[in-house]
Amino acid sequence: MDDRIEPTEAGQAPVIEPGYTFATVTDKISSIVLTRPTSNGWFLGFGVAFLIVMMLLYAIGYLFLKGVGIWGITIPIAWGFAIVNFVWWIGIGHAGTLISAILLLLRQSWRNSINRFAEAMTLFAVACAGMFPLLHMGRPWLFYWLFPYPNTMQYWPQFRSPLVWDVFAVSTYFTVSLIFWFIGLIPDLATLRDRSENRAAKIMYGMLAMGWRGSARHWHRYETAYLLLAGLATPLVLSVHTVVSFDFAIAIVPGWHTTIFPPYFVAGAIYSGFAMVLMLAIPIRKIYGLEDFITERHLDNSAKVMLATGLIVAYGYGIEAFMGWYSGNRYDLFTLWNRLHGPYHFWYHALLTCNIFIPQLLWIRKMRTQPLLLFLISTVVLTGMWLERFIIVVVSLHRDFLTSSWGMYYPTRWDWAVFIGTIGFFLACMFLFVRILPMISIFEMRTLLPEAEVKAE
Amino acid sequence: MRRDRTYGLMAEFDTPTHLVEAANATREAGYKKIDAYSPFPIEGLAEAIGFRHNLVPLVTLIGGLIGGLGGYFMQYWMMAINYPINVGGKPPNSWPAFIVITFEMTILFGAIFSVLGMLALNGLPMPYHPVFNVPRFAMATKDRFFLIVFASDPKFEAMSTRQFLEGLGTRSISEVPD
Repeated sequence: MDDRIEPTEAGQAPVIEPGYTFATVTDKISSIVLTRPTSNGWFLGFGVAFLIVMMLLYAIGYLFLKGVGIWGITIPIAWGFAIVNFVWWIGIGHAGTLISAILLLLRQSWRNSINRFAEAMTLFAVACAGMFPLLHMGRPWLFYWLFPYPNTMQYWPQFRSPLVWDVFAVSTYFTVSLIFWFIGLIPDLATLRDRSENRAAKIMYGMLAMGWRGSARHWHRYETAYLLLAGLATPLVLSVHTVVSFDFAIAIVPGWHTTIFPPYFVAGAIYSGFAMVLMLAIPIRKIYGLEDFITERHLDNSAKVMLATGLIVAYGYGIEAFMGWYSGNRYDLFTLWNRLHGPYHFWYHALLTCNIFIPQLLWIRKMRTQPLLLFLISTVVLTGMWLERFIIVVVSLHRDFLTSSWGMYYPTRWDWAVFIGTIGFFLACMFLFVRILPMISIFEMRTLLPEAEVKAE
Repeated sequence: MRRDRTYGLMAEFDTPTHLVEAANATREAGYKKIDAYSPFPIEGLAEAIGFRHNLVPLVTLIGGLIGGLGGYFMQYWMMAINYPINVGGKPPNSWPAFIVITFEMTILFGAIFSVLGMLALNGLPMPYHPVFNVPRFAMATKDRFFLIVFASDPKFEAMSTRQFLEGLGTRSISEVPD
């Protein structure tokens, strides 16, 4: 890392507040896991999230019993909430990989204090996303039919189908995110192993650290592998949402069949992902007193990324509307009209407000550094991005070529139970994560300190 | 267990700069089998202990090639040879449609080979290692820096090596039992 603590430009907050040493950074982060008593707030938060997970399990159990008919999906809207939520969750995951891989390659050292929990967020978000296509299959216990394995039915998956591409893209994404996250954890697990007093914790962290001892040879190979993984994860993260957008763009449905989809999906993914990073970072830094590590600079930078990707998304909407008009295609024109004036017009306007108009407040510096305001804007963006997927999936499907096949979509309580259930699952995982693993990468924070610099004689 | 044998002599330092200097001095003094331990990666330390051959990039490349070629030929064999189906008049080997999975498999295998290769070359997992016998070594994952000269080094000699390390301005010297 070249720029350890950069000479701060006028008014710009540092990446890490001055005055820390290797020992105090280590103690501050590891004590959250090792010595800090589990607070009542944690139990309350985890308890609520756990109850929502129970609701999720109930909703899934009932779904297995009755079939997907308990959801609001009908022809013509056969995709419904399941795919809306799938795309939403997987998009949220993208910010974690962007922070951990792309910003690493770009030598943005400010990422070091937020990459760990952003990667955890990716992992849990992709897990939530993965549930939806499986549950939507009707017979989820036959999910392995998606993979090419020799079978007695003597058939193979259809590799020309974007849905099969999606299986490969999402499972690769989950696997690579998991190993990237775990590799990043190994040196910190060794720190926890050496610092914990509790024997059970020592054994647990010790087994996970695999005998890491920080040898120079190990570090050298480790850094190479970490950089190569970042290099591999960078095109991967861009490809995942591209492939997700192919699910739509390869089809001929008006409103889906457009080449702007891949870049605009990727930008939207990073947009919503950074909103989720901020929604997690703002309470975490407050509750655990980590304002020295997750400084105003991090909030400011994340907000700027949000603003930039939000503008790309706005450009995507503009081009969609323009091409609808410019193509002269009556079905494309109708899709545009239907979005603005059809039965779902309220939600389209809400989407434009949430995703384009309100985030323009981020041009104002104060909005980017005020945690509470930023938290609220992030909520708005996440809502807007969910609405975007709802508009793409439902509004395009509900009125296509033939008026005889038009219809409406009404989500049922089971749709909502599964959707809210996955939010509970995500939060429950995050609660467990901050309790048992270091939520900030300790060894990468050490490299940011001035004393980490090797001075030439 | 040969308790009487030593595994090496370990010197402790306070700063990364100190450690790199000491590692350079030790190598220049003719010691070949040395290693250094630090709580975070230090640029130039691997060179200072004389580590040159890093095979991780090669292993990753091999993994990526296996994934990419395997991914493409899997699809080619299944769609064009084993069970060709005519879909919309597209040729059985419709390569543009196979790119996505070929790409994903390249990334997947490259990443898995990179990580498993790194762990295997590092000899991890290794729950026991003699250096853990030194109580002060627990600080190596916090804020201390260690240099070890292995007893297997031809130049190693308990007294003279200790004197040499003391001359480097070390904070403490521990004998690592085998």
